[in-house]
Amino acid sequence: MAEQKQKVRVATVSLAGCFGCHMSFLDMDERLITLLDRIELDCSPLTDIKQCGDCDIGLVEGGLCNAENVHKLREFRARCKTLVAVGACAINGGLPAQRNHLDIRDCLQTVYLTGPGIERGFIPNDPELPLPLKQVHPIHDVVKVDYFLPGCPPSGEAIWQFLTQLLAGHTPQLGHALLRYD
Amino acid sequence: MTSSHDTAEHPEKLRKVVIEPVSRVEGHGKVTILLDDQQRVHQVRLHIVEFRGFERFVQGRPYWEIPVMVQRLCGICPVSHHLAASKALDSVVGARALTATAECIRRLMHYGQILQSHALHFYHLASPDLLFGFDSPVAQRNIVGVLAAYPQIARQGILLRKYGQEVIRVTAGKRIHGTGAIPGGVNKPVTPAERDELLAPLDDIIAWAQAGVRLVAELHQKSPELYDEFASARSNLLSLVGRDGKLDLYDGVLRARDAEGQILFDGVECQDYGTQLHENVRSWSYMKFPFISSQGAETGWYKVGPLARMQNCDSVGTPLADAARDEWLARAPSRPVHGALSFHWARMIELLHAAEVIGRLLHDPALLGDALVTSGPRQPSCVGIIEAPRGTLIHHYEVNDEDLITMCNLIVSTTHNNRAMNEAIRDVARRYLDGNEPTEGLLNHIEVAIRAYDPCLSCATHALGKMPLWVEICDSAGTVVERLVRDGERL
Repeated sequence: MAEQKQKVRVATVSLAGCFGCHMSFLDMDERLITLLDRIELDCSPLTDIKQCGDCDIGLVEGGLCNAENVHKLREFRARCKTLVAVGACAINGGLPAQRNHLDIRDCLQTVYLTGPGIERGFIPNDPELPLPLKQVHPIHDVVKVDYFLPGCPPSGEAIWQFLTQLLAGHTPQLGHALLRYD
Repeated sequence: MTSSHDTAEHPEKLRKVVIEPVSRVEGHGKVTILLDDQQRVHQVRLHIVEFRGFERFVQGRPYWEIPVMVQRLCGICPVSHHLAASKALDSVVGARALTATAECIRRLMHYGQILQSHALHFYHLASPDLLFGFDSPVAQRNIVGVLAAYPQIARQGILLRKYGQEVIRVTAGKRIHGTGAIPGGVNKPVTPAERDELLAPLDDIIAWAQAGVRLVAELHQKSPELYDEFASARSNLLSLVGRDGKLDLYDGVLRARDAEGQILFDGVECQDYGTQLHENVRSWSYMKFPFISSQGAETGWYKVGPLARMQNCDSVGTPLADAARDEWLARAPSRPVHGALSFHWARMIELLHAAEVIGRLLHDPALLGDALVTSGPRQPSCVGIIEAPRGTLIHHYEVNDEDLITMCNLIVSTTHNNRAMNEAIRDVARRYLDGNEPTEGLLNHIEVAIRAYDPCLSCATHALGKMPLWVEICDSAGTVVERLVRDGERL
């Protein structure tokens, strides 16, 4: 019986972020083709698999801005052996956390009631809309994180180096040039 | 603002089907569908489920931070926000006209962005539906599936996107969330070596862009009825056009047409956008609903983006894309075209146009100049409008004497399309779902319609996230009787 090497299963999720970390993932360009030979993408905004299976590696973009984010993150953590916080928002809340020093009601009023050109404004309140959290949180406030990959976003090169070292069974060492916070 | 299938009369008596999240689009969205016992559709809504509040928390920040902050609304089209904010803030520093070099570098950055974003949308996100079929197996319906079945198409898509990202890197300093534009100009020149690096692969890029247009044309011609009719939403059309009436994605004046193609307004200066466009709010979405104020909320809604732009302008202004547009319009059964799948054809023509414009800008002697910044008498209020990949993007700020932002209003591309997307999915629900058991494949038809608009839902809510997609079927008492997971597995 021919021995077939099992592909490493990788899932990605985007919480309260901007999708930039997912775009950096695609910035691996042609190396994506090499990578996709070695990994199997499970649930991800890039696939239509919506219910996460058991995965070896989970990449999380974005922080937590509403109750759904928290629920989703907990489910995701439970499915992924190794969880990586990718980018500024997952690691420390990032730009969305700029609202943390403001009152959420005040934010909602500015956007939906008093902005220019709004006719008959009110704050959306349908039960279909998840409730915003009072503050935006980094993901390690809620789950255990195995690796933090900084950057806004981390570059395609950084993600490539990180994943290829992890896939080779090493603890990733990115070095000075690839570890950056902008 | 009510339409057929916007609001059911007795929602409590209907069962609810939820598509969550809409996948292979950027950002957080879900669709709810209310059905009666005969599977007749009574209500269909696209909900944008996150809230970020950028317009509030930017207040009190120094204006020069804004171009760098605001692009973090969106990692797919950061350059659009970066440039719309910079264009607005040009007025604050009194830069009525930029230096030729700054204008050339900003345009290059923008057309690089159009190219990469359109490539990403078509090849990485939307093409699996078109190449494999709307109800093809879930496991295949992604870029990995395209790489396996059509390696050349997928590879060209990856390389087209890479090229656009490289244009951005050269002009903005990095591929995502760069810092090239500043109020009054740009902060970095382009060197001859950088220009040559971008010129080298340009012939291939144009050839692949042409292949992309041909691919969409062939798909369209194979199933003309589907491509013409699917998810049609007859609406007004809005975009910037150049002052000469030609397509211009970086700057110009606002023009709108009605659903028959007649001009509603034209030549509206960017700072007067508020005289033409108003917004209202619905309880069930964090995304606002803009409309042309003279038409009222009921009939004033409109489409933006490639399908609107390609029909709003008088011509494209580059030879290959103009020829491609003529061919597209010539085969349309009626005009204006309103079918959602025509977005793809229009988008690929724009991708080709972007490649041609990049070539033109790279040969412009102004590109290599060193006069990067200008300024003049200061203004407190400013509006910047740009045609982002997904459509018209409006940034409006007021700045006080201490250089701090006191007011910010953003109307992003996807928000303009809010009502049109809702009408498009109602059309799909009526045609395909009505009277049928909602299967995974049928539900993907709804998502195909949303994807055609290339929505950027994190832009639209200034927020973002993702959820698994599942359908929950409740009985009339609200008890869950069945739960269907998006990839076909029953729980």
